[in-house]
Amino acid sequence: MSEKSKLIQGRTGPWEIVLGLEIHAQVASNSKLFSGAAVGFGAGPNEQVALVDAAMPGMLPVINRHCVEQAVRAGLGLNAQINLWSRFDRKNYFYPDLPQGYQISQFKDPIVGEGIVEVERDDGTTFIVGVERLHLEQDAGKSIHDLDPNFTYVDLNRAGTALMEIVSKPDMRSSDEAASYVKKIRTILRYLGACDGDMEKGNLRADVNVSVRRPGAELGTRCEIKNVNSYRYIQQAIEYEARRQIEILEDGGSIHQETRLFDPTKIETRSMRSKEEAHDYRYFPDPDLLPLVLDPAWVQSIKDSLPELPDPKRKRFESQYGLSHYDAGVLVADQARAAFYEQAAAGRDAKLVANWTVNNLLGRLAENGGDIENSPIPPEDIAGLVKLIEDGVISSKIAKEVFDHMWAGEGTPAQVVEKFGLVQITDTGAIEASIDKIMAANPDKVEAAKERPQALGWFVGQVMRDTGGKANPAAVNEILKAKLGL
Amino acid sequence: MAIDAATVRKVARLARIREPEERLEPLAQELNTIISWIEQLEEVDTDGVEPMTSVVAVALPLRDDVVTEGGDTSRILSNAPKSADGFFIVPKVVE
Repeated sequence: MSEKSKLIQGRTGPWEIVLGLEIHAQVASNSKLFSGAAVGFGAGPNEQVALVDAAMPGMLPVINRHCVEQAVRAGLGLNAQINLWSRFDRKNYFYPDLPQGYQISQFKDPIVGEGIVEVERDDGTTFIVGVERLHLEQDAGKSIHDLDPNFTYVDLNRAGTALMEIVSKPDMRSSDEAASYVKKIRTILRYLGACDGDMEKGNLRADVNVSVRRPGAELGTRCEIKNVNSYRYIQQAIEYEARRQIEILEDGGSIHQETRLFDPTKIETRSMRSKEEAHDYRYFPDPDLLPLVLDPAWVQSIKDSLPELPDPKRKRFESQYGLSHYDAGVLVADQARAAFYEQAAAGRDAKLVANWTVNNLLGRLAENGGDIENSPIPPEDIAGLVKLIEDGVISSKIAKEVFDHMWAGEGTPAQVVEKFGLVQITDTGAIEASIDKIMAANPDKVEAAKERPQALGWFVGQVMRDTGGKANPAAVNEILKAKLGL
Repeated sequence: MAIDAATVRKVARLARIREPEERLEPLAQELNTIISWIEQLEEVDTDGVEPMTSVVAVALPLRDDVVTEGGDTSRILSNAPKSADGFFIVPKVVE
């Protein structure tokens, strides 16, 4: 995407959007950040609450080693600096789903410092987003406002669950770039196993900072849109908010720095006035917690245990299997996809396997709202299908038919070919008979083909039709050329 | 640094402490006395001294990621002024 096309045209000239994101990713763990209560979805109200989470007097927080490790893993995956000394602060505000009256977070000395993420746009070009920091903090509980007209119901099951907040630099310039960045962060975290990335359950969500400016001018005043939990909502919220700010500025007004809420049904953002005063968080070091000190040897051992991450994997797929940048990108976007592909490609024509996996299998799965884990076809059957093509048993055209039967659960590729009689005709006698028949019926085309060899294609098409697509195209070509004297 | 009645009002509100209007001015004076006492500490040269984060020189202990608590809804709710169906019930919070 060129620099120019990202600009928004206002009534008084072009504007540039500047975006920074705070991604909240729930750490995949059994228990909470500072208590032994379970983390999980679907339990009854207040069933997963320890006395610490309910802020009972005298209770002390004890940090979860696994959560610390996941934050370090995430930091390493974001090519970021790991701070061997960090500490926790109290972020003070009052809300019914925050029984402590403060959230334990990391303000001044986070566990992870600056990092770098390379992000692919949809058109295949890349851009760099700087990571400002990653810190550990507690999630709040859940307030339910619609159970009673006069009261709010509070469930503390989520209170105290470990979150990683990943703060980006204001390095994105369009809603597409913001969505691509979130996708990349999600992919990396899922590879690392640090977060399951389930956006529907709110396990990965983003606060989006939006400002606009004239191209090349100083940064404008930003507004923060809270808790947006899908790629589409992120894009819609940004588009709406940028337009809103431009309207105000073009009318000679100014932007107030404020927190806003995205309403997905109305596709608009609106001011969250209640948060305005709460913005004075009065951070101070949490006296209940000592500084978090990491052993460099432990950090090194975490580094040594990291899986192959999406960027290196993509480069390897391109060099080892000769895949296009696009196909490699699609396959590494998800670890399960990449594993499926590598299993199917072993010993086979790797590019052909990529074609069948990306265009046919993933395409078909996407049409049905699924991904590789929902595939009715196992990797060895994709390999089997490609082997049948390689061995000349079936043509690529027939392979599509075989694939449909495989998708319908009608057996392995070999079984399908057998059952439906889809074996390619390589018997030259049968092909010759078909060619003779067509040549006899179309003497004018025979003459034309002798004049213009390009017209051969018409005959190939006729033979394929005559044989129900089962004739081996290479054999058809060869025999046709001989008979036409080309 | 001087604290006025408006600042006291704001701080009290942030801490959810209700103070009657006539208490704000006396409180501001009390707080100013405390702050001026603390300001004396600024006379000490602390260049190159790391801020103290704890009085004990030990690192944070870490625990294993195992579930040891929970499933105790009635005890969690036992101090709540109002509860039903496993939920805490509080005055309506309108967003």
